[in-house]
Amino acid sequence: MKGERVQLAHGSGGKLSHDLVSKVMLPAFANEALAELHDGAKVNIRGTRLAFTTDSYVVKPLFFAGGDIGKLAVCGTVNDLAMTGAVPLYLSAGFILEEGFPLDDLSLIVASMKAAAAEAGVLVVTGDTKVVEKGAADGIFINTAGIGAVIEGTDISPARVRPGQDIILSGAIGDHAVAVMAGRYDLVLPQTVASDCAPLAGMVRQMLAAVPSVAMLRDPTRGGLATTLNEIAVQAGVGIRVEEAAIPIHPEVAAVCNILGFDPLYLANEGKCLIIVETKHTQQVLTCIQSHPYGKEARVIGKTTASPAGQVGLHTAVGGVRLLDMLVGDQLPRIC
Amino acid sequence: MVSNLTDDTRRAADFFASEIDRLISRPVRLMEVCGTHTVAIFKAGIRQLLPLHVDLVSGPGCPVCVTANDYLDTAIAYCRQDDVIIATFGDMLRVPGSSSSLQAEKATGADIRIVYSPLDSLDIAAANPNKKIIFLGIGFETTAPTAAAAVLAAEQAGLANFYILSAHKLVPPALRALLTAAEVQVDGLLLPGHVSAIIGEAPYSFLVDEFGVPAVIAGFTPLDILQAVYMLAQQIGAGAASLQNQYSRVVRPAGNPAARQVLDRVYGGADAAWRGIGVIPGSGLGMRPEYRRFDALAALPVNVEETREAVGCRCGEVLRGVVRPTDCALFGAACVPEAPVGSCMVSVEGTCAAWYKYGGGRWQYEG
Amino acid sequence: MCLAVPAKIIDRVDMLATVDISGVTRKISLMLLPEAQVGDFVLVHAGFAIQTIDEEEAAKTLELLKELAGYGE
Repeated sequence: MKGERVQLAHGSGGKLSHDLVSKVMLPAFANEALAELHDGAKVNIRGTRLAFTTDSYVVKPLFFAGGDIGKLAVCGTVNDLAMTGAVPLYLSAGFILEEGFPLDDLSLIVASMKAAAAEAGVLVVTGDTKVVEKGAADGIFINTAGIGAVIEGTDISPARVRPGQDIILSGAIGDHAVAVMAGRYDLVLPQTVASDCAPLAGMVRQMLAAVPSVAMLRDPTRGGLATTLNEIAVQAGVGIRVEEAAIPIHPEVAAVCNILGFDPLYLANEGKCLIIVETKHTQQVLTCIQSHPYGKEARVIGKTTASPAGQVGLHTAVGGVRLLDMLVGDQLPRIC
Repeated sequence: MVSNLTDDTRRAADFFASEIDRLISRPVRLMEVCGTHTVAIFKAGIRQLLPLHVDLVSGPGCPVCVTANDYLDTAIAYCRQDDVIIATFGDMLRVPGSSSSLQAEKATGADIRIVYSPLDSLDIAAANPNKKIIFLGIGFETTAPTAAAAVLAAEQAGLANFYILSAHKLVPPALRALLTAAEVQVDGLLLPGHVSAIIGEAPYSFLVDEFGVPAVIAGFTPLDILQAVYMLAQQIGAGAASLQNQYSRVVRPAGNPAARQVLDRVYGGADAAWRGIGVIPGSGLGMRPEYRRFDALAALPVNVEETREAVGCRCGEVLRGVVRPTDCALFGAACVPEAPVGSCMVSVEGTCAAWYKYGGGRWQYEG
Repeated sequence: MCLAVPAKIIDRVDMLATVDISGVTRKISLMLLPEAQVGDFVLVHAGFAIQTIDEEEAAKTLELLKELAGYGE
């Protein structure tokens, strides 16, 4: 890696991102809690199990259909805590502002954060604000860190994923990435396309109350569904088989993907989660989630298997089976 | 495309697959010559549905892959000039040249912009009158008319800072060169549906008349492709050879004459160098003299580094269907999507990239 | 090498048409398909309409597939 430079693709959540983290950060910070590499870390403070996570938000544009960088910053961290099987409690909010950034925009963003925090039932208890010279930041960058209380009786972990479990996806994929793309390449999107950005803690908490034995939760954010499934397969040492026809995708999202040559399986989602659970509990989980506004389109999309361990296979609509790999760099529009 | 499809799709696919098995009783090799087909076939897992004795191999249908290093080196040399903005399809961004790539140049500050349409680069030109906007014109007969139209539109708008670095190529001459070389036994051809939408059926008649190879113009959905292979199987089973059109909802026998007229106004035939094949006479396009002011190489001086091809790279043989990606020693080791050596690995539609990403010829998931 | 999508023309002014693909709209050029009309289904590639989609042929293909889907019953 000597002499190499950071590329934009290092931030897209796929193979290059993983490479960067595993070659530079992980060796430096190595410890047991970090090693699990789940969305949040579970730590023990004098017998109390807490979940702890952080995320930084650099999305452009700052405002998009269905949300803004502020809503994203709160929901993203809330969701990471929920994915750890925790009730989110407290957030920190660090702002890096570019000189010249309009205060009106900042107020709108902060108001979004307040609304999202209220819905999620969290308090922003500490924060920081820095201002950098014009050109040194893209308007605004936000970092949020969060603490939650791990729900009694739950143990969400890749280690609990076994072959023969069901994989549930809480709803349609690709909406957030496409909403953020609106206006690029002169595509005019209908009102129905909006970021799915949402705080999932409430829905997850309901589900865990009904089925505390859920093995695994993860939200398919950067890198999309395919990348997240690959991460799980590798971390859990299982195979995964997904049914193409079962994956919900809204027609407008499919249309944008067809036009630009994107694959929706690799697009980021900000209000969806994957749930891996023993088949005997699948119907219970589905019933619970489908009755929640953020889980109405939930479906079983696949299963875990014994082999080939660490790999994800897609059973296609015409009946073929092929490898569903991780995202490598970032997706670029193509004509060919 | 992924959406909520029904059992009808599975059953239709089963029908085609079992008929193909019934009709073809000896080992055959079918070649598809369109990178979009390469990707579609892999994405749908179609090889796995076909009987083992039906081998589906990719030809030189990826316009990015068949473009030699010197084109990329030239584009990179231009992007290093201070007053140049490069406008390109996303496909070109990660392709390695002799020592760099557009993506690498972008990371160090070059102004390189991805466009969806060549017309978008005209907007960039109008908005940046002090810069030279160079559009990277790659693609086959589907895309070349769009570049030609952009030149006409630039002429109409009186734009003096718009240029195209052209590397367009034509499919029928490449097919002729492949079949003439006869390196690989080809028992049937899947022809590119969208190229055919432009050129129609006539340019392919030599495939049957001179080479006796069954050929079917195919669409791009998984069922289109399966139906086209089924039609080839019917021909092979009957010992016949003819040109058929599976994609009749889009491809007319006469193609799109208006598009060809636009193309002919701006571009004339030229010889072109194809990676791995060499120069194929009449297989490329060159801008006509009256439009040469829009041709980057003719209008803008540039210093290009000496072109080097990567050592050990077997893209050329892969493109001719002579070897599989797995036959190349670099495949999956020194040459992987995140660190590609050759264009077959970096282009989304490159055979090597598709092979790697989708799990190879017949990736069997034992679940 | 030829990503193209079916789209419906919903508006036309000179050589510029607005197309609709499942609710997503974009302005595209008709320089390569000057005879196209509002209401036509066309194939869109790189911001241009490159051919009209023959609905009769499309319906025939669909019918054939539905028949094949009955195979095995």
